[in-house]
Amino acid sequence: MRAGISRFWLVGIAAVGAAAVYDTRLALVLALWIGAWFLNTRIALAGGQGPRWLVPVIFGLTVLALWEVTVRLYGVSPVILPAPSAIAARFAASLPVLWADFVQTGLKGALTGYVIGCGAAVATAVLIDRSDFLQRGLLPVGNFVAALPIVGIAPIMVMWFGFDWQSKAAVVVVMVFFPVLVNMVAGLKASEAMQRDLMATYHASYWQTLIKLRLPAAMPFLFNGLKIATTLALIGAIVAEFFGSPIVGMGFRINASIGQLSLDMIWAEIAVAAIAGSAFYGIVAFIEKRVTFWHPSQRR
Amino acid sequence: MRSLFPVLAVLAAIVALWYGAAVRMNSQWTYDQAARAGVEVSLGAVVADTLSQERPVLPAPHQVAKGLWDGLFGQKVTSKRSLVYHGWVTLSATLLGFAIGTVMGIALAVGIVHNRAMDMSVMPWAIASQTIPILAIAPMIIVVMNSLGLQGLVPKAIISAYLSFFPVVVGMVKGLRSPDAMQLDLLKTYNAQPREVLTKLRLPASMPYLFASLKVGVAASLVGAIVGELPTGAVAGLGARLLSGSYYGQTVQIWAALFAAAIVAAGLVMIIGVIERAMLKRMGLVR
Repeated sequence: MRAGISRFWLVGIAAVGAAAVYDTRLALVLALWIGAWFLNTRIALAGGQGPRWLVPVIFGLTVLALWEVTVRLYGVSPVILPAPSAIAARFAASLPVLWADFVQTGLKGALTGYVIGCGAAVATAVLIDRSDFLQRGLLPVGNFVAALPIVGIAPIMVMWFGFDWQSKAAVVVVMVFFPVLVNMVAGLKASEAMQRDLMATYHASYWQTLIKLRLPAAMPFLFNGLKIATTLALIGAIVAEFFGSPIVGMGFRINASIGQLSLDMIWAEIAVAAIAGSAFYGIVAFIEKRVTFWHPSQRR
Repeated sequence: MRSLFPVLAVLAAIVALWYGAAVRMNSQWTYDQAARAGVEVSLGAVVADTLSQERPVLPAPHQVAKGLWDGLFGQKVTSKRSLVYHGWVTLSATLLGFAIGTVMGIALAVGIVHNRAMDMSVMPWAIASQTIPILAIAPMIIVVMNSLGLQGLVPKAIISAYLSFFPVVVGMVKGLRSPDAMQLDLLKTYNAQPREVLTKLRLPASMPYLFASLKVGVAASLVGAIVGELPTGAVAGLGARLLSGSYYGQTVQIWAALFAAAIVAAGLVMIIGVIERAMLKRMGLVR
């Protein structure tokens, strides 16, 4: 094993050397890449406490460094690929604009639609839970619809609800509804017969059983759907803006910046989308941890 | 089969609701027209009119069906108005991108399973990328590729590949790790090389996981191809039909394109499902 690894690194060093003959810039990029890889391999093989988060961070920084170095050394035009430093500068310089876009798309469009859509899905799931007929009818339809390209309804919603955030929220409602519905219906079945029998021996009514046993038992399933829906909500809100929007919003900014070829602005907007997406997911995952602390998957 | 009747009942209810909504939402225009002409209209005339308007707020199901039928079979498949033509433009980009994304995803997953450094460096990012609305970069890819001289199929396929890539990586890594220690130990006692462990144990064991991710991936690929058609300004493809329909208020056209996209998506998922069932049956994995 050891011999195999060192031979691999020799090949890498040879590649750097060969590149140096033709193009010193290429050699520099290759050396940076292979050096970082070597460092990461060392840390990963060493094990211990630190590397859990250190290795992915080094990898991410390496990608950024390679990107920066490549763009600078080869003089890549900023209308094709702006350097990370240029994007960071643009991000810092246009914080108010980015914040306004985030409020419009992330909070007004995506979050409103998310809350309405998930709320409606949970309510529907509780309602159809009592009817086996409706479940057998709605679930295949719901599963089918969940696989469809629902963002396509964006132009219709823009026509119905206008250019502002209401139409984006409507798209989001439809997008998040079915994944949450399917998961919630599965969750309501998750309590065991023994547990339901216990509730029956307590002479618990339907609603008492629902609130004290079946809703808590459904939470792990519900949060599974809610986590899937966070990404869908942001995608829906951003893409719906490509079909018409007021002059604010993440999707609008991306579309408008393309016309001006200011790619650094688009990348800054994508950074906002990435941060918003991870934060949104993180918040839902955090709530999940607090709500389903009893579930085996949360054990350490 | 037990649920065939309930499904049909639900579908019938949806169609009935749809008709009701169409009458309600389109009646405003009818009343406005009548008021402008200074005539009273009877309820029957209103209903008849709302279901046959040229540009309704909500087209009735039969109008959409007619639009879809005209688009699919009403003209030559090479016509610019044919949904077969536009569907093929989108489908070809989807399939090319899906193939690229799947192959690269499987390759990366194999690398991740065999190389600890790669696992620790890449895997957290692959998982984190699932929470990010990657689709937002689609317009930029299209325009940048355009300025590099690449047009048409390839840029859309790249977006499709990118979107199907991460689900495949995450699912495949899970699948390749699914054989338990006992099975891996058995192969060790046979003195199997890592390569043989991969082809004889890990790859077969990963198939159920692979197909689950493929279904997610192909749906994402199609969405990617459709969104990739938006920024070029409605040239060809189902996304272009959606966009031009929304420019000119052609609601029937939008709905027909939407249903065509739904048919394509359902068809793709179904094909993968059939292959999955056949393959798992051959492998004796079917439940």
